[in-house]
Amino acid sequence: MDMNQYLSMFIDESNDHLQSLNESMMGLEANPEDLSIVQVIFRSAHTLKGMAATMGFEDLASLTHQMENVLDLVRNNKLRMQDFIFDTLFKSIDALESMVEDITGGGEGKADVSAIVSSLQAIVRGEVPAAGGAAAEVTAAAAGNAADAQVYLDEFQYSVLEQSLQEGHQVLYVDVAIRKDCQLKAVRAYMVFDLLERSGEVVKSFPSVQDIEQEKFDYGFSLYYITQKDAGEIQKMILNLSEIDTVTAVALDQESLRQMGQESVAATAEAPAPAPALEAAPAASNASPAASAHGREENKAAPARAGGAPSPSRTIRVDIERLDVLMNLFSELLIDRVRLEQLASEVQNGDLTETVEHMGRVSGDLQNIVMKLRMVPVDTVFNRFPRMVRDLAKSLDKKVDLIVTGADTELDRTVIDEIGDPLVHLLRNAVDHGVESIADRVAAGKPETGTVHLRAFHSGNHVFIEIEEDGRGIYPKKILGSAVKKGAITQEQANAMSDDEAYQLLFAPGFSTAEVISDVSGRGVGLDVVKAKISSLGGNVTIYSTPGKGTNFSVQLPLTLSIIAAMLVRLGSEKYAIPLSSIVETGIVKQSQIRTIHGNKMLEFRGSHIPLVSLSKIFSIPDYDESTEEETEIVVVRKGERLVALAVQDFIGQNEIVIKNLGKYLPEVQGISGATILGDGQVALIIDPNAFIK
Amino acid sequence: MAEDIKVIVFKLGTEEYGIEVEKVQTIERMMPITRVPKTYSFIKGVINLRGVVIPVIDLRGRFSIEEAEHTDQTRIIIVNVNEMEVGFIVDSANDVIDLNRDIIDIPPDVVGGIKAKYLDGVAKIGEDRLLIMLNLSEVLNKGEIVQLESLEG
Repeated sequence: MDMNQYLSMFIDESNDHLQSLNESMMGLEANPEDLSIVQVIFRSAHTLKGMAATMGFEDLASLTHQMENVLDLVRNNKLRMQDFIFDTLFKSIDALESMVEDITGGGEGKADVSAIVSSLQAIVRGEVPAAGGAAAEVTAAAAGNAADAQVYLDEFQYSVLEQSLQEGHQVLYVDVAIRKDCQLKAVRAYMVFDLLERSGEVVKSFPSVQDIEQEKFDYGFSLYYITQKDAGEIQKMILNLSEIDTVTAVALDQESLRQMGQESVAATAEAPAPAPALEAAPAASNASPAASAHGREENKAAPARAGGAPSPSRTIRVDIERLDVLMNLFSELLIDRVRLEQLASEVQNGDLTETVEHMGRVSGDLQNIVMKLRMVPVDTVFNRFPRMVRDLAKSLDKKVDLIVTGADTELDRTVIDEIGDPLVHLLRNAVDHGVESIADRVAAGKPETGTVHLRAFHSGNHVFIEIEEDGRGIYPKKILGSAVKKGAITQEQANAMSDDEAYQLLFAPGFSTAEVISDVSGRGVGLDVVKAKISSLGGNVTIYSTPGKGTNFSVQLPLTLSIIAAMLVRLGSEKYAIPLSSIVETGIVKQSQIRTIHGNKMLEFRGSHIPLVSLSKIFSIPDYDESTEEETEIVVVRKGERLVALAVQDFIGQNEIVIKNLGKYLPEVQGISGATILGDGQVALIIDPNAFIK
Repeated sequence: MAEDIKVIVFKLGTEEYGIEVEKVQTIERMMPITRVPKTYSFIKGVINLRGVVIPVIDLRGRFSIEEAEHTDQTRIIIVNVNEMEVGFIVDSANDVIDLNRDIIDIPPDVVGGIKAKYLDGVAKIGEDRLLIMLNLSEVLNKGEIVQLESLEG
């Protein structure tokens, strides 16, 4: 079998499973009693093991195998989750991630994981370090109650019952209710057990025998029972005892046993951890009330995914390059359409015109779909953040809840690929500098756990991504004070600045040195880089902050980078496109308005002098030169605060254009940022206005 | 034990050149070219090849042979070398031949005005037919051009 063929599929699916492992582990951490999440984790680890073994990645397979051993104990209630186990499992997932990364990079996925493996093995042997021990016992005790209140068969008991059935014994499910007026119900129950033990074996009862002996039960109990007698006989036997209200004994066959077994597991899993467990949770793990509330919300989703047959996948994976090819072919089609429309209007044949019009409508719809195929939910970027925030909060000794909304908001692939790093930066900022330490929060009268919201939503032609926390907020005065001290602005400038302008200073390059920022508010480390990146995507960042209450970074992004609005201009026989986003305005100037200052042509524009750039000279346009004209059309473009006027011959009009690069052989041409194909099939170059502004 | 290779044959002036067929994507008739300013003079511009923008080089210009008027015979050979897609303008291209690697000789210093470094070798086919095999990686090596120009400038 040719493995290479399956490698990319393996990598894709491994990444999916790793992501699911990370997410589920986070969910479990928020709600350690939820065994249904353990099931999901177990399944992901198991699938990963199988795939890795098939592909021959032994290290990967053996590590997942060790994880499985631990998880198996957990899901069978033989082991309680606790900090040490969480940490070890998270480390294992990290190790798996780096192995898969290695495989992605062409490696063999080998890694030294002996330390993690021995930790996992120690956990299986029950040797959990003492640190978490005491807390774990509390949880275990509390959870014990919770679990025992439910019907539950573990795998061992299940297989005992199944085997008995195969050997021709009867397996009964017996439900006994003792009369409410019974004085010594524990004694009654004991008599029932005693009677049953004489002619068979009680495999499992609930509540447990100990609890029944201590009268820790209401008036009823249930049990699984193996015997040679049939259900009716047993029922009669028990009813012969006094003070028994009702008895139901049901004989189970293989099928119903299996069903009962599954139901019992599900019942345990779904049982919301009752009060005692919840009370224990904050003591045992560092889950706060808010966190566990959040956890329970996630819970609702988890069993839904865990239970029920896995629905067949409704999506397929497509190589992004194939989509590019599709888009290229499609633009070819558009060009032919334009040509056909021209021919049809010349020929003036009714049928032909109608057909061409219909084709126009179909291709319009097609264009929409082709564009939509490139849209990817932001979830693909967001999904790594919960884990990152968890780790960060832990290392900073803070309590932080990350609440993600709008993860299904879609953006073009080109934007998605670029937006990850800036968001990581902003989130780190929010956790590190925005959310206060636990002590500070308590002192400020806030809950111990800080909340960071990560939201994405559509608005018009843009997508907004917001990162908002309820931390200490930013004080404009402190920023201004620091900026003056640094010499970035003068005191007078500072006095005249609004709060918004003060916040903008955080994005200034001068502010990116750590020591200045920690003086102010701990903000601003590398924010200039974030701003630059987002600007290069055609986006924008704004800050809203309420001192003492929190800060909101709002990132505005275009839906796609591959299509932009542009102004098409003519210079002699050549056509160029100028991105609309950098155009301030267009106009006409007379030759007499152009002055020469220090050998540079300048133009008076709205009260100030701005440079006039001659595109015809810079690009050596063969058949146009504005200096021979009386009046010249200009396009005023902007980079930050600076303006420049570009002289052109004619405006052709505004158009949506598809951006293409110039190919690998011409990666960078001065003043040109790419090319686009016009309706007539001709290539027009896209002008990079930034290149003309120094 | 040399194997046979298939070679696309094209003409610049009177000389015949060869490019291995697997490096050639397609051969196109002359089409409108959009000039790209501020590049080397031998880069004629970019074309739209079925939705993909591809730079086009005049091979005469690249080898410092006097440029010629384009005719009906002029072709653009689209090659794909080191993941770079580039079009070569040539005088004509209308032959594919099988060549045994054994008959490709190390080129002399200069062939038809082209420096040896651009060449993989020269193959003698038939009585008096010489085929000059191009070393495409070198032809598309821009670092070398910058050096050359700064020396001459």
